[in-house]
Amino acid sequence: MVKRCYQLTYDRILIRYGELSTKGRNRKQFVEKLRRTIADSLEQFPNVKIEAKRERMYVLLNGENIEGISKVLKNIFGIQSFSPALKLDRDVEKIKEAALNMVSSSYKEGNTFKVSARRADKDFELDTNEINHMIGGYLLKNLPNLKVDVKKPDINLQVEVRKEAIYLSCETISGAGGLPGGTSGKAMLMLSGGLDSPVAGYLSMKRGLELEGVHFFSPPFTSERAKQKVIDLSSKLANFSGQFVLHIVPFTEIQQLIHKQIPENYTMTATRRLMLRITDELRKRQEALAIITGESLGQVASQTIESMYAINDVTNTPILRPLIATDKTEIIEIAKNIDTHDISIRPFEDCCTVFVPSSPKTKPKKEKIQYYESFIDFEPMIAQAVDNVETIVLKSNNGMIDSEQELLF
Amino acid sequence: MIYIDNSATTKPFPEVIKSFTTVAQQYFGNPSSIHSLGMEAEKLLFQAREQVAKILEVKSTEIFFTSGGTEGNNTALKGIAYSKIESGKHIITTKIEHDSVHKVMEQLEKDGFSITYLPVNEFGQVSLSDVKNNIRKDTILISIMHVNNEIGSIQPIEEIGNMLLDYPNIIFHVDGVQGIGKKEISLKKANVDVYTISAHKFHGLKGSGIFYVKEGRKFLPLLLGGGQESNFRSGTENVAGAVATAKALRMQMENQKKYTENVRKMNLYLREQLSIIEGVSIHSPMGEKGIPHILNFSIEGIKAEVFVHALGEKKIYLSTTSACSSKTNKVSKTLLAIGVPTQIAESSFRISLSYENTLNEMKIVIETIKEITEWLRGVIN
Repeated sequence: MVKRCYQLTYDRILIRYGELSTKGRNRKQFVEKLRRTIADSLEQFPNVKIEAKRERMYVLLNGENIEGISKVLKNIFGIQSFSPALKLDRDVEKIKEAALNMVSSSYKEGNTFKVSARRADKDFELDTNEINHMIGGYLLKNLPNLKVDVKKPDINLQVEVRKEAIYLSCETISGAGGLPGGTSGKAMLMLSGGLDSPVAGYLSMKRGLELEGVHFFSPPFTSERAKQKVIDLSSKLANFSGQFVLHIVPFTEIQQLIHKQIPENYTMTATRRLMLRITDELRKRQEALAIITGESLGQVASQTIESMYAINDVTNTPILRPLIATDKTEIIEIAKNIDTHDISIRPFEDCCTVFVPSSPKTKPKKEKIQYYESFIDFEPMIAQAVDNVETIVLKSNNGMIDSEQELLF
Repeated sequence: MIYIDNSATTKPFPEVIKSFTTVAQQYFGNPSSIHSLGMEAEKLLFQAREQVAKILEVKSTEIFFTSGGTEGNNTALKGIAYSKIESGKHIITTKIEHDSVHKVMEQLEKDGFSITYLPVNEFGQVSLSDVKNNIRKDTILISIMHVNNEIGSIQPIEEIGNMLLDYPNIIFHVDGVQGIGKKEISLKKANVDVYTISAHKFHGLKGSGIFYVKEGRKFLPLLLGGGQESNFRSGTENVAGAVATAKALRMQMENQKKYTENVRKMNLYLREQLSIIEGVSIHSPMGEKGIPHILNFSIEGIKAEVFVHALGEKKIYLSTTSACSSKTNKVSKTLLAIGVPTQIAESSFRISLSYENTLNEMKIVIETIKEITEWLRGVIN
């Protein structure tokens, strides 16, 4: 690992864009979306300023904690990598001085180094090699036991020459990659509270989708704690997008009706179809273009290909299933990485587990469920559920407690 | 009043008491109850755990709330010893541990465990090589305090922890009761497995403590019952205590950043002024070897108890040796361990500072000590 340079000298973090460098015409919009996500996510650091440029973005620290900010940036999609950096005038003497400062403060006896200059502005008086030699030579002269190693240096001093200034840094931190939130449009994420759906959400966010969560809540059959679980999962997802909108759908009446009217072995299929119809209504209202689920093929009765065929029948909106071909162990791994695992395994019933029939059909027939449903008019109930949705906006780092309770801590 | 007995206990922060009473009154539900009162209490407990974990830079699943330092140390030592009995019965500790470690060691010794008590040097520190050289094939546990309660010496926890990376089967317990909030430590970097914290030493409330157990380190709990605290510490959770503890810890950590330099200045002033007084010898190590909060010294020929009472009349409160053992009038084992002669150790005192003390107070303390010393010497002679 490259050694960490002396922190006090940094005044900004330089952000390198990911894939969006290749997205020609939409670039401006991409940069703007990324800027907004970063701004939302860094709300807890009120003094930072963000400068978004075509090639790079800069987070000006203004005295805020660099470690804390780095931790947040690591989660944001669309960032290839970032470096704590120092902005300098384009003055050769000042650069030499600052480079020496930076390297000598992190330098230990016997360390090796290299200088990697990058000249985005070709008008600068020195070319890349000349910059490398000038700074390298100056460092070698002033730090007698420093050695050059261009392959595996302990310290890699990066010098970036741009029109407006020169930036010095000596550490590159990998970002989350992917595309900035919202650059691929908007979709609805069906969030049950289990392990899979947050992971499916995370993966879709990585490809630039803006998500709004939909959760079905059936009090008193499901508890407040089950709802809290979904809220907590949503605030974890907000860590990747700055904020996350969650719709909580009152589902008790519909569920009761299903149990009254549909043969027991088809209730699960009917429930899923109704959830999908409501989600689709919300999707229209929220102007989203797809629905994301955490389904993984063959995991449970509702996730056989026959089930999916019978359930998917209610809409032709694209249903994206990012986990369709993943194993449970892989899902658990990602859930642990994104910090949703421990929340998902809290032992509270959600609306899917309470009403589970003893032997649900694993191979339901589309025609049969259509026939059973044909006796009931669900439309008004769907409209009512959509009307009574509770919408919560969660910010990254949202705790479970309210502002009054926060004062206790 | 000048209170300089902060290693015995501290005055709770008013904000901490306020949080405690609010929670005790408004969120009295049992976190295990399934109704919403229970859920609200559970949320606060969750938040308290998150906050403590964040401050200590560990996972919230590694934090357990206890009743304090004695419970933490007892849980660690007995729990680890009896859980690992199959792998061995040898334990390493030091000669200067607090009684909540020392007495447990004595009990374990009676129970067939073999205990090595490491000596300390004149500064009250164990040496890394001593620890290493005493490790045996059947060593299961090493328990070394972070900061000594009587003289303030700091133990090389990080060095020992890193050395123990080569002995993954030995559990490393650190009694952090006097260290936390006074001497910074990174539990992860120091490779500490188990760390004991007591809230009332940093302006929290008595009866509350924090216990850190590194992920993957498993041992038997001391208290069995309803399975609270992930089955590790049964008993209905003290939610108000946990919230108050989390708040006290946050405030203490902020004060540590802001006021450690002040404490250092007070310490230097006291050292300078005390050493002018005839017959005074200072036992606490200086600089990096000890925390500036604790200053242990002797005044030759002065009866310790009489002196503490005389200062008490002037509303200045300090200790003879450690408060817990001061009633029994024993000579401090820590002072003997660092080579202080018994006679000198018998007239030893401990000033222990908090971030709230001031240099002005110290000036009054010095004047009063001089006055009383002279007066007592006049009376005796």
